[in-house]
Amino acid sequence: MRTKEDKVFDTANIIFMTILCIFMLYPFLNQIAISLNDATDSVKGGIYLWPREFTWNNYEHVFEKAAIWQAILTSILRTVIGAGVGLLCTAMVAYAIAQPKFMFKKSVTIIFIMTMYFNGGLIPTFLLMRDLNLIGSFWVYILPTLISAFNLIIMRSFIEGLPNSIFESAKIDGAGDFRIFFKIVLPLSLPVLATVALFVAVYQWNQWFDVFLYNSSNANLTTLQYELMKILQNSSTTSSGDMASAFANSASGDSNMVTPKSIQATMTIVASVPIIMVYPFLQKYFVKGMTLGAVK
Amino acid sequence: MASGSDIAASTIKKEKQEKGLKVFLRKCKEQQALLWMTVPFVLWVFVFKYLPVWGWTMAFQDYKPAVSFSEQEWVGFKHFLFLFTDERFLGVLRNTLAQSLINLVLGFVTAITLAVLINELSNMKFKRTVQTISYLPHFLSWVVAAALVSSVLSIDGIVNDVLMGLGLIEKEILWLGVGEYFWGILGASEVWKNVGWNAIIYLAAISMIDQEQYEAAKIDGASRIQRIIHITIPGMKSVIVVLLIMNIGYILEAGFEPQYLLGNGQNVEYSENIDVFVIKYGISMFNFSLATAAGMFKTVISIIFLFAANSLSKKLGQGGLY
Repeated sequence: MRTKEDKVFDTANIIFMTILCIFMLYPFLNQIAISLNDATDSVKGGIYLWPREFTWNNYEHVFEKAAIWQAILTSILRTVIGAGVGLLCTAMVAYAIAQPKFMFKKSVTIIFIMTMYFNGGLIPTFLLMRDLNLIGSFWVYILPTLISAFNLIIMRSFIEGLPNSIFESAKIDGAGDFRIFFKIVLPLSLPVLATVALFVAVYQWNQWFDVFLYNSSNANLTTLQYELMKILQNSSTTSSGDMASAFANSASGDSNMVTPKSIQATMTIVASVPIIMVYPFLQKYFVKGMTLGAVK
Repeated sequence: MASGSDIAASTIKKEKQEKGLKVFLRKCKEQQALLWMTVPFVLWVFVFKYLPVWGWTMAFQDYKPAVSFSEQEWVGFKHFLFLFTDERFLGVLRNTLAQSLINLVLGFVTAITLAVLINELSNMKFKRTVQTISYLPHFLSWVVAAALVSSVLSIDGIVNDVLMGLGLIEKEILWLGVGEYFWGILGASEVWKNVGWNAIIYLAAISMIDQEQYEAAKIDGASRIQRIIHITIPGMKSVIVVLLIMNIGYILEAGFEPQYLLGNGQNVEYSENIDVFVIKYGISMFNFSLATAAGMFKTVISIIFLFAANSLSKKLGQGGLY
């Protein structure tokens, strides 16, 4: 039975939540509108949720550049390879430290968990990458972040929760650990594998700082996020960067003008659309991973 | 007599050791598959995570990149002394603490409030929609988020438009150009990006609360607000305490991405924190030793905080984090 107080409370709550959703979505929708609006017209301001003079011009300009295709390719490669390789490695270690009889179960676990609490810091890590000859290489995106302790713990908790009888009967049948891992544990762990793969994929897709550190002078290894970062930095400092200045140059001689504002909006959408399209369908995995990680 | 028994004891010990070694080797052979699965990655973790700690020695040297380790000049605590007498670094320290504290308080209050309010929604479809939308910014990169924040706060952005329209300000404000606003902008950006995500854990805690308590309170005539205050919030208490302690442990880890990306020449006195300082000195000015000293200071303080927070948590009976 709903009282008067309930009605007031519920109405206020729904209004508040609606405002919150607008607050969350507006900045993004606004950029979509600007990216679809004529660039010179956008400069006048007043574009909110809907383009005033609709055009695909900004997108055409962005996708005309060879640099953007290179950046998209690198972003996709590091996302796919990073998630695939990271997943396999994390799962393997997680399987081993989930075995009660494993002789180094405790020490290996501690060695990994310790990395959550300290790190050598920026400069020593940078010099290590230099000494390992990883600077200027694609693998500098994959190797240093191969296994995260957080993901390892999520996976271990899941594997420990699998019924023990499966392992026992497989062992009686003479199956070795590798066989059990690939044939039994991996197929049974699909939910947690999806969760961790998503965590790693989102991390990889969103990274820009390692590009900035290690590969800023390698035009063929930059990522979408890094190109957007350069545009962002240029718009506040107006110094010339590769892609941003290329846009500026092409803009001056062109009848279809683009401006830093419209290019920034367009790149923002390009860099985030893959994630926006995917995350609503995968959120239950993320949520599960969060709660699983917090339990331990 | 005594020596005789000593000899006997030592032979037994030796036998035991030999036996121990044998058992060890047999176990290794038995578990070789598990060893193959872990040893390469233990080596990996030592190279990529532990080896860089050796680089802390740089903080006590005047490090020159082209010179071998044995020929580096040792300078003791020179760089640390410089840092703590440098006005710029003291400002950086102030910024780090202020940004973290603001983020901590704002982050907690907003996430808990959001979780409570989402829990009170009765329409399941609306509830799911709100949750999905509130997660969205969490999945965006900080580069995208910074682009959105700077666009919203620009001269012709929505914030200025709304404030002008309401007559609250007379002239547009260049929000990111005024240092004093930076901490607030940073805190608001963090809330926007992570409040939905951070609420997940509190919603999970709320879902564990026994529903009968609510029924009983209803019969006793407790109002909606009273039920929230006396049942929902106490039900989240242990999660709140654990997360609060963990976050206090990470107090110096205010992140660097928003500060770096939203920072500019006009707000640098308020935006620059330890991590940004390290990037600027280390990567842009090649002062490796000074940057490492600053980074090392941060990590050491963080570890002390973390241990203190953990033992506090154990004392309060909430269980440790590790």
